[in-house]
Amino acid sequence: MHAFIRGILAAAALVFAGTAAQAYDDPWPDLQAALFPGKAVESGDAFIHITAPERAYDAAVVPISVDFDLAKMQGIVVKAMTVVVDKNPAPVAAVFHYPDGTTNPSIGTRIRVNEYTNIHAVVEATDGRLFLAAVFVKAAGGCSAPASKSVADAAEHLGDLKLKVPQEASADKPTRLELLIHHPNFTGMQMDQVTRNYVPADFVQNVTITHDGKPVLSIEGNISLSENPAFDFWLEPKSQGVLRVNAEDSNGRKFERVWMVPAAS
Amino acid sequence: MRSPAVSVILLAILTAGPTLGARAEGPAPLPVEAIAPGVYVHHGVHAEASVENEGGIANIGFVIGDAAVAVIDSGGSPMEGAALLRAIRQVTPLPVRYVINTHFHPDHVLGNATFAALGAEIIGHKNLPMGLLARRDTYVANYTAVFGADSVKDLIVVPSHLVADRETIDLGHRILEIRAFPTAHTDSDLIVIDRESKTLFAGDLVFLERVPASDGSILGWLKAIAQLREIPAARVVPGHGPVTAPWPAALDPEQAYFERLVRDIRKLLAEGGSLQQATDTIGLSERGHWQLFDSYNARNVTTAYTELEWE
Repeated sequence: MHAFIRGILAAAALVFAGTAAQAYDDPWPDLQAALFPGKAVESGDAFIHITAPERAYDAAVVPISVDFDLAKMQGIVVKAMTVVVDKNPAPVAAVFHYPDGTTNPSIGTRIRVNEYTNIHAVVEATDGRLFLAAVFVKAAGGCSAPASKSVADAAEHLGDLKLKVPQEASADKPTRLELLIHHPNFTGMQMDQVTRNYVPADFVQNVTITHDGKPVLSIEGNISLSENPAFDFWLEPKSQGVLRVNAEDSNGRKFERVWMVPAAS
Repeated sequence: MRSPAVSVILLAILTAGPTLGARAEGPAPLPVEAIAPGVYVHHGVHAEASVENEGGIANIGFVIGDAAVAVIDSGGSPMEGAALLRAIRQVTPLPVRYVINTHFHPDHVLGNATFAALGAEIIGHKNLPMGLLARRDTYVANYTAVFGADSVKDLIVVPSHLVADRETIDLGHRILEIRAFPTAHTDSDLIVIDRESKTLFAGDLVFLERVPASDGSILGWLKAIAQLREIPAARVVPGHGPVTAPWPAALDPEQAYFERLVRDIRKLLAEGGSLQQATDTIGLSERGHWQLFDSYNARNVTTAYTELEWE
């Protein structure tokens, strides 16, 4: 057994030590074997830091961020990152793909959590090595929670895109941006409120972000992302330019929008 | 009409309700207070649902006319619904013709089965069946975790009589007005006004003492509060809080709380603050004013933030 798995199991055992005698049946060894067959996975604890609420306030909208300690990466360059919500019906929440030259792959997003679970981030470096970090979150029911607190509002705004840009954004320094996509991101586990049948899964599947024509980030999404998926990421602009977002959902709907970033002053 | 003497006797019986129940054979009736002639309310405790409180965490009540009784919210479990019926039977033999669900949350609707079995018409907002069915699996799972599977059979009984805007029902020389609201606490909020006593049953559009919990729209709730203020009532029965409170002053605490959330979240959004920063920091100065604050504030902040960030 790998040391890191023992570590995770020990961490999970600690988490439960103070609660009811309820075992955490850890799916991670099987998940890792299925997602990264035959690959060794090293601990990324030295430079990967996952932030999530210990107990989620709204299991359908759990903010998490995966931040990198750039000073401790020792030449590791991140090519992709997979975020896995171990106990969810569809555990892979998203895969982030980074273009060459990305220096800060830190990401924030919002996920659904169906039951008490570990969340794993598995980072693939450009040299093929894999690194892993985990955090435990207490939440339940996020995947079957009704997608919208106001159904009419959700239908009216489907596919709206919004970009949050800090006021101090400038062309000569990295800027953390947040992209919002208005989409119910139906899990397939929610009841249609009229027909009383289950709504087929319908979710944001691909997002591509470019700036000034050059790739910034591409994202494969799945149903473990919250309604109205949100992604924050670092842009390292070389100059003022057009930030373009193209998104596509699992039913083939396409959404596109552009912004000038930084905004013209 | 009931004579004043009878009302006084009823009040005396009701005040002694718990004691009477303890002496009677079989399960005890739900303790209720007479807050006006013919208007009775059970005080929900400020706790999460448990075996000890039988899910009785919301204020639920009933109004007695000359010909029939209307129940306003049936309780947080079939056991609480049955105990409410026993309380009704201690004060009147009249039939329970209506049960009005003020919204779909489990602490207000899980007692429906007792009354449906007696032929009562269950009344709810036009969106209530959809909202309740969409949450059924979660409610059943949460309920089973607390109470076990024994009483789960009749847990979810959906209203058959739906209200889209305004209606009245007649209990025999006693008219109840029912009004539906747009999305606020939930997307299925109803209020009930007893014209005779000018008592407003506000459901969970009004919280006192226990921190409000939003499962709808914070901005919508603030709009609903503005509309509620126009209603000329003598008193309000809040969904949570004391069984009766002065009107419209009862709206002030929750309005202040929501306005603070909205103001502080808009400011944070303008500064580029994240959802996580919002749940970590917003609303905390309100903590001393509310019970169960830490269980719900961050959830309310999440609802408000994800609504306001699209402005």
